[in-house]
Amino acid sequence: MSAAKPHPDTPVVSVRDLRVYYGTPKGPARAVDRVSLDIRAGETLGVVGESGSGKSTLGRGILGLLPEGTGLAGEVLYKGRNLVTMTKEELRRMRGPELGLIFQEPMTRLNPLMRIQEHFEETLRQHHPKLSKDEIRQRSLQALGRTGIPPTRYKHYPHEFSGGMRQRIMIALALVLEPTLLIADEPTTALDVIVEAQIIRLLADLKRTSGTAVMLITHNLGIVAEACDRVAVMYGGKIVEEGNARQVFADPKHPYTRELLASTIALETRKLHTIPGAPPSLITPPPGCLFHPRCPDAMKICAAAAPPEEQLEGRRRVQCWRHSATGAIPAGQNAPLGREEISVAFEA
Amino acid sequence: MPSKPDAMTDTLDAPGGTPAPDATGARPFISVKNLKTYFEIRGSVFDRLMGRDAGTVKAVDDVSFDLAKGEVLGLVGESGSGKSTLGRSLLGLVRATGGSAVFEGQEIVGLDERSLRRLRSRMQMVFQDPHAALNPAMTIAQSVGHPLKIHKRAKGAEDQRRQVVAALERVGLSPAETYMDKYPGDLSGGQKQRAVIARAVVLDPVLLVADEPVSMLDMSVRSKILQLMIDLKQKLGLTYLYITHDMATAKFFCDRIAILYLGRIVEIGEASALYAAPKHPYTQALLEAIPDPDPNHTLPRNLPRGEIPDAAKPPHGCAFHPRCPRAFAPCGWEIRDLTGLLEARWAGMAEADHQAERALIGTPKIPDGPEAASRLPAASGDGAALLALLEKIRAEDPAEPFWTGVKAMHAEAGHVTIDWHTPVTPRLIAGKGTAAACHLHDPALAAHLPKAADGA
Amino acid sequence: MTDKPDTALPGHATLPARPGRFAPALRRAFRPVAEARGFARAMLWTGAVLTGIFVLMALFAPWLSPYGFDQYQAAGVQFAQLAPPSAQHPLGTNVQSTDVLAQIIWGARTELMVVALALVFSLTIGVPLGLIAGYFGGPFDRLMVLVMDAMFAIPSLLLALVIAFLLGSSITSGIVVAACAITIVYVPQYFRVLRNHVTSVREEPYVEAARAIGAGPFTILGKYIFFNVIQTVPVLATLNAADAILTLTGLGFLGYGVQPSQGAEWGYDVSRAVGDAASGIWWTTLFPGLAIVLLVTGLTLLGEGLNEAINPVLRQRATTKLKMEDLE
Repeated sequence: MSAAKPHPDTPVVSVRDLRVYYGTPKGPARAVDRVSLDIRAGETLGVVGESGSGKSTLGRGILGLLPEGTGLAGEVLYKGRNLVTMTKEELRRMRGPELGLIFQEPMTRLNPLMRIQEHFEETLRQHHPKLSKDEIRQRSLQALGRTGIPPTRYKHYPHEFSGGMRQRIMIALALVLEPTLLIADEPTTALDVIVEAQIIRLLADLKRTSGTAVMLITHNLGIVAEACDRVAVMYGGKIVEEGNARQVFADPKHPYTRELLASTIALETRKLHTIPGAPPSLITPPPGCLFHPRCPDAMKICAAAAPPEEQLEGRRRVQCWRHSATGAIPAGQNAPLGREEISVAFEA
Repeated sequence: MPSKPDAMTDTLDAPGGTPAPDATGARPFISVKNLKTYFEIRGSVFDRLMGRDAGTVKAVDDVSFDLAKGEVLGLVGESGSGKSTLGRSLLGLVRATGGSAVFEGQEIVGLDERSLRRLRSRMQMVFQDPHAALNPAMTIAQSVGHPLKIHKRAKGAEDQRRQVVAALERVGLSPAETYMDKYPGDLSGGQKQRAVIARAVVLDPVLLVADEPVSMLDMSVRSKILQLMIDLKQKLGLTYLYITHDMATAKFFCDRIAILYLGRIVEIGEASALYAAPKHPYTQALLEAIPDPDPNHTLPRNLPRGEIPDAAKPPHGCAFHPRCPRAFAPCGWEIRDLTGLLEARWAGMAEADHQAERALIGTPKIPDGPEAASRLPAASGDGAALLALLEKIRAEDPAEPFWTGVKAMHAEAGHVTIDWHTPVTPRLIAGKGTAAACHLHDPALAAHLPKAADGA
Repeated sequence: MTDKPDTALPGHATLPARPGRFAPALRRAFRPVAEARGFARAMLWTGAVLTGIFVLMALFAPWLSPYGFDQYQAAGVQFAQLAPPSAQHPLGTNVQSTDVLAQIIWGARTELMVVALALVFSLTIGVPLGLIAGYFGGPFDRLMVLVMDAMFAIPSLLLALVIAFLLGSSITSGIVVAACAITIVYVPQYFRVLRNHVTSVREEPYVEAARAIGAGPFTILGKYIFFNVIQTVPVLATLNAADAILTLTGLGFLGYGVQPSQGAEWGYDVSRAVGDAASGIWWTTLFPGLAIVLLVTGLTLLGEGLNEAINPVLRQRATTKLKMEDLE
């Protein structure tokens, strides 16, 4: 760690009320809508959701890597400073030594004309200009070794590596700067199953040995279960449930988490389970709870008002009326929601 | 000794995996025998200038299987396994190099383009990326209606429209009018895949080759599309060839499974048998690699190392042996495996130690085919020192499967000679449950089995 | 035909709305043009206005021009030679006593006619050849690429000169001869662009899907490839038109273009007036020269504007800026 190790209970990053809106001809799309979360040192937080849930936008919002013209508000507190209000230059200097990132498609992030050695030299020189050539080599080879790339390949070009090796190199390039927080956006989606499992195992090993906080963005619930301590489930730009990964998967509190788990096809699947309907529009979201049009447990209140966030035991929270404090729901509002059958026309 | 297994395996040539009994009892619906699809590699400009032959990729190499009507066969493998090429060769979209593929009594291999086009009304395809599989310049109605036009199945515009509406409603795009005049870009991923399926079934085909039809879709949409395919199978009496890398959906969807690795079937059999008792270590690895949301599932312990090797220069013997945790003497060990072993050893080793070892080891010549003995040059010229290093490496990890393939090592002037066990190319061996192409299950090679691994 | 460059103006219907499926497919292919914003829009409009002025001149020459292109007298009175601009001759007269303004206006007609004709010729040759060579590949493709590259290697004016010289004896219409000469120069460009675009689109999954439903090669070319590669053609055509004007005036300057008896031609005008400038007679070179520059600029801006609007790599993602107030 380049910085002094923070106390294990103090978050490395605190996101408060983060909003990321994209402008569209039809009006603003609320890709991330009032999201709050904490990531602590040495902790891996999995952010899961389907496409359009805002999980990738959340990662990019934290790093300030959003396209021009995107609306960004709220707070991303890192070492007492708000990343949202920082200038581009300040943020750029933080990316790398403080905030590392790993992307889905490693080949597009490696310059095909540069040897692996040159990638490391450039990265290290940019952030540690005083390092000697020998130190750079030492550090690079060490980082590569941790990700399983032999030193004999140090002078090779990116195209001489397989997809999994390239992703290992990307991880090594992020780790060589010893960032405090590592954001990995779908790092294994482009890889084959066995290689994917190798990389997940590598990430899990690295987490144990380095103390880096990791935010792992993925659509794959299995990856979260295997590599993450905590999980945040996103739906329509909001975190609907967050908690210890084992607990959440063993006993999902939010109906969306439960339905998503049930519809995931695993080896044990005996009968297909589907969630009717399609994800909500981010431009004209439904009133009340975003999930209520698809929710089998919906009550009258769900269509009328957005559910409050309830803190449950053990750093666990959920946004669902079913778990709201007693007395929060006005009388009569807890009757099941009668609604028209969802037309297949709006199936995703 | 090593020559004996070859003779033995010749008699075990029969393609494994008997298909499910055909209801009609007649000839199999689809019969594939020794199908080969090879691609010539166009090398780099430099290679071509030098007149160097870049080689051949055996994308599908000697594959045989039968498929009964109404059956779902899964072709499972990683990228580069040849599963997509196999599916496309069956449809004639890729020209097979040799062998035979008979569909409803009609030989596909070598068939002229015109006859193939006529056959396409009987066999159709569903693609991985629904967005890219639809012409962006055509409306949904035009895309779905085009097969009718090509095969002259519609009597006029009104009849075509009626059939398109029926196809769209059949795949759940209902009411069809909402979608007919839309362009692919206006639909969600699941809706686009439904449109692709509608286009495939509008001609009432009998065979559907589905190439990763759900892998690009969201989790909650996958089960919907899979359910749709199951419904269509029952309603239309379809036979599926389901190409996938996902063992979980294959288990749910398929009657029989063929596992492919570098163009060859390594295991084939009834899905139930294959999942209950996978024989091939590669099948076992694929199963172990699935990330599982079940909180009680722990990280897989025995993952194969490395990735699928270069298909232009496949490993000798069993193509999987360099990655196989249970490989042993006859699997095809060669000098490239030693290079791989050394590289893996050096990754993460202290810089000085690595440099010291590297100073001893020269670059070996990579032969084109299997050889009985290889020379590893000693960079220092001292063969004895090199042998000592190799013996030290062996002593540090004697369980490493590589050493089972080494018969002997001799120090000579300037190099070390390594004598290999003769490689044996595995063939599918039918047995209880599935048929697997693995020496672990070859009774003729049982004598070579290391005692520890003798649990199969 | 002279209104060809106008067909893709923003705000106008991109093509005459013909019945059938052709029009909507084309309209969809060129929708980005109507949605162009900012710099692209400014270029498009400036180019369109400039080009439009010359198109109007060409269309209405008989009504706009005070005199005929070869008229050197009015009511029996011969015009003065090299007369400076005056009320009778707003842009003066040249050494042959013809009116410079009349030369400019009638010249616009000649230039645009030749270019439009050349465009039609080179599109009808270059586009099908590019489609077929790109889709089928093989020996035909290799041969075509070789031939076209060889043609491409010859300096365009030299090639046009040779063709004009060869055809000049057998074809009487100077306009057709010039159009043919220019066609030969530009066919390789359409061929190359189309062929390369087709070879990449050919690999798209929807083309394989078309094969999978049993479509024959020409159906695939017509229905699956044509509409997905055609967007580049107007850009190329407009930019080539600008270039063609320069080639045509170059031919005229050298005396191989449209003969003076068949029509006014700016390049010829400039060549006849080259000596005048030295003796202080500026109007005979300036105005035809300016006409060349303005028309070429107009067409170039139009082409670049189209390119910016259509080419997805150059196109900025159209995001609407958000204000902080929107975040509530």
